[in-house]
Amino acid sequence: MTVYIFIVLAVLAIASALAMVINKNVVNSALFLVLNMVSLAGIYLLLNAQFLAIIQILVYAGAIMVLFLFVIMLLNVEQEEKLFDKFRVKYFLAFLLGVAVTGQIFYSLAGVTDMLPEISDKMAAVGTVEAVGDVLFTTYLLPFELTAILLTAAVVGALMIAQHKIKRTEEI
Amino acid sequence: MLEIDWFLAVSAVMFTIGIIGVLIRRNAIVIFMCVELMLNAVNLSLVSFASYHGNIDGQILVFFALAVAAAEAVVGLAIIIAIYRNNLSVDVSKINLLRW
Repeated sequence: MTVYIFIVLAVLAIASALAMVINKNVVNSALFLVLNMVSLAGIYLLLNAQFLAIIQILVYAGAIMVLFLFVIMLLNVEQEEKLFDKFRVKYFLAFLLGVAVTGQIFYSLAGVTDMLPEISDKMAAVGTVEAVGDVLFTTYLLPFELTAILLTAAVVGALMIAQHKIKRTEEI
Repeated sequence: MLEIDWFLAVSAVMFTIGIIGVLIRRNAIVIFMCVELMLNAVNLSLVSFASYHGNIDGQILVFFALAVAAAEAVVGLAIIIAIYRNNLSVDVSKINLLRW
């Protein structure tokens, strides 16, 4: 049963990723990315990472993608013309590089199964909110607090960058 | 439980699709979304390794990667808005001020 669920989710994730790349319309690409992230959250559930699955949907598919769609609507970007109309050397080179990268990753991961430790069902990590929070607020307390500083700095920086032009025109 | 190879294979394929997208697309927003896709692929391999090692530290690392991805998305989109203000376009082939 788990195998079938995984196959459905994996095919959905890869197909939506491909559709995102080859779609002309930017809004459709963003929506396909949302679909990709939701199916990834399902795969996280199969891996016993419940907390991360919820966070994936809340933060990625929710907050970040809404930000993307907001910017797309704000900029009113035109559709990309002639994406695949004619054969370009660039596409061929990109495809070759992609094949090379995939081959390299598969080669380096070839013997990884033998290196994994034998774990019983009792030892298996279950990423519930309780288990993650327990480690997050004891061992990883300092990095967690630093994340707050990072997010504040990102928000302030984004405001500065996005408002830069307006300020200058007002001064002139 | 499934073998870990399947999860890693999905992760590798998604990462490759992200790389190809960054290389062939010219819209800055789509390129940015492809970068997010690559981040997601790496997160998937981290979670699968954490799960198969019976160790929860990998999931904590994914949590921090999510926080960094959120910060990166905010700043990157602000940069894209600034580029659009200056050029009235987000086509990266038209932004060639620093290209020789």
